[in-house]
Amino acid sequence: MTLITTPNLKDPDRTYAALLAAHKGLSEAETGALNARLILILMNHVGAEVFAEALALARAAGPSGS
Amino acid sequence: MPYDYRPFPYTPPPGLTAPEPRHKVVIVGAGPIGLALAIDLAQYGVPSVVLDDNNVVSVGSRAICWSKRSLEILDRLGVGAKCVEKGVIWKVGRTFHRDEEVWSFDLQPEPGHKMPAFVNLQQYYVEEYLVTRAQDFPGLIDLRWKNKVTSLSHTDHVTLTIETPDGSYSLEADHLVACDGARSDIRTLMGLDFDGELFEERFLIADIEMQGDFPSERRFWFQPNFHPGQSALLHKQPDNIYRIDLQLGWDADPEAERQPEKVIPRIEKAIGHKDFRLDWVSVYTFQCRRLARFVHGPVIFCGDSAHIVSPFGARGGNGGLQDVDALGWRLAAVTKGHDPAILNAYDRERQHGADENLLNSSRTTRFMSPAPGAERLFRDAVLALAGKAPFARPLVNSGRLSVACTYPLTGPDDPALPQASRPGSVAPDAPLAQGWLIDQLGREPILLAIGQAAPEVAGLKTISLPATPELQSRYLGTAKAALYLIRPDQIIAARWLTATSAAIAAAAQAIWEDRT
Ligand SMILES: Cc1cc2nc3c(=O)[nH]c(=O)nc-3n(C[C@H](O)[C@H](O)[C@H](O)COP(=O)(O)OP(=O)(O)OC[C@H]3O[C@@H](n4cnc5c(N)ncnc54)[C@H](O)[C@@H]3O)c2cc1C
Repeated sequence: MTLITTPNLKDPDRTYAALLAAHKGLSEAETGALNARLILILMNHVGAEVFAEALALARAAGPSGS
Repeated sequence: MPYDYRPFPYTPPPGLTAPEPRHKVVIVGAGPIGLALAIDLAQYGVPSVVLDDNNVVSVGSRAICWSKRSLEILDRLGVGAKCVEKGVIWKVGRTFHRDEEVWSFDLQPEPGHKMPAFVNLQQYYVEEYLVTRAQDFPGLIDLRWKNKVTSLSHTDHVTLTIETPDGSYSLEADHLVACDGARSDIRTLMGLDFDGELFEERFLIADIEMQGDFPSERRFWFQPNFHPGQSALLHKQPDNIYRIDLQLGWDADPEAERQPEKVIPRIEKAIGHKDFRLDWVSVYTFQCRRLARFVHGPVIFCGDSAHIVSPFGARGGNGGLQDVDALGWRLAAVTKGHDPAILNAYDRERQHGADENLLNSSRTTRFMSPAPGAERLFRDAVLALAGKAPFARPLVNSGRLSVACTYPLTGPDDPALPQASRPGSVAPDAPLAQGWLIDQLGREPILLAIGQAAPEVAGLKTISLPATPELQSRYLGTAKAALYLIRPDQIIAARWLTATSAAIAAAAQAIWEDRT
């Protein structure tokens, strides 16, 4: 398996809205904690290799590559 | 019943009155590591002088969890049976978050090994047994209590100044092994420094005596209701002694926390009653550090003087015994005229072992005591998920308990054979028609032939065994027969489906050389 970097969502707006809805009304700390749980769940689902690629892409897309 | 700390007798050493001839080996420190090394050397017929600045065994339980590999090593040294008999045997660990069990492990899921996965036994007992065993070698082990090394110089040999209650004297040795613990004076006298991490965390460690019917399990809590926000460990030892570790946080005042009026109420909360006696209490800060190199000319570091870890994987004393295992046979050979370059192999292998222990121990400490920010965020997320989703449970890290490492050896190998017995690993034990395989191995190189006759190799001891179910699964896998070359420290050096005498002889020769 390699990381899918092409569009993979049938209805991207809908899924994105679901993500925002989950965070609605949360404090900054609660949002952080929810994201952390979400990352761990997805990390396990996609496995070590895809996760490493996802991590690299996330870092590369940040302001100074970190 | 509290342990009876009987002082060992001090006798004025000969060096106080007349210069002593140069010794082959001086061991500084009669902790578990120094004592084990002296016995190992004595079993090879090599004499040593053991110096210790104190005259009692370890005060407080300190190391309590002794791994299967340590028990095998202690057994070869003559005290394994005693340790198992006295110790509390356990193999199951349970981890709780708040009051819910989130993860458990079984350290020895298969039968057919002489030694259990772990026994809990206070360090003072292990030291006592080793001191008694050392007395079986009166001409070989010269144990000197109340002898403190205060200065050291070295060229191709070592010269020491030693202080005793009757004044100081000097001693020369071809080799000095520093087994003088975490605060090693030898390290300081050599101007050497530790590299690594200090964790900004304090733990209260206590031994209590109580009558109880507590199972022989390791119990670890994250954020228990009885000790909010922190972690706690409860472990059973012999003599109705229980070990309790309580995380305190970095702001705690170690002096104040040690006081019984502070300690007793905390423990009452943890065990839920007042019916116990406080036996020993101490406050620790943990570090994960090591020396860059363990061999410095004639000075060799072994045990805590070479590397220290936080205790949650029980990798300190157990790691140190594996140092002894890798050093004894090589140093014995060097004292008999072998090229000292073989000690480089000790250095390399035990740096590898220490790195594995440091890596595991620092990961555990980081999980237990996460830095504010991302570390804390993800640690809490893991704990929150662990109660709900099985995938998160193996991420919960309350200690990855000591198992022997596999050295990166490059001796002949056949990938068709099982992974667990690849070169560099400890030879797995198995029951034999009579006794145990592990008892047949070690002390000298051995060729083990399973399911076939052993080829004749000049000067090499051979053992031929039929393929029992255990030997089949641990040594053959899907193969019908195999040959294993096993080092004096019971580490597998090489293996083949079949091999010529010349190939085996070459691999046996490599055991005695500084090769990977
Ligand atoms: C709270 C705690 C829990 C632990 N739990 C475990 C566990 O469960 N399992 C495990 O495997 N390990 C555990 N450890 C680690 C274990 O205690 C150490 O790894 C072990 O004691 C190291 O043995 P050593 O012989 O290298 O050093 P030490 O036991 O420290 O012995 C060093 C000796 O050298 C002597 N000495 C020092 N300086 C001099 C000098 N200048 N001259 C002469 N002699 C000197 C000292 O008196 C001492 O006797 C734990 C440690 C702590 C603190």
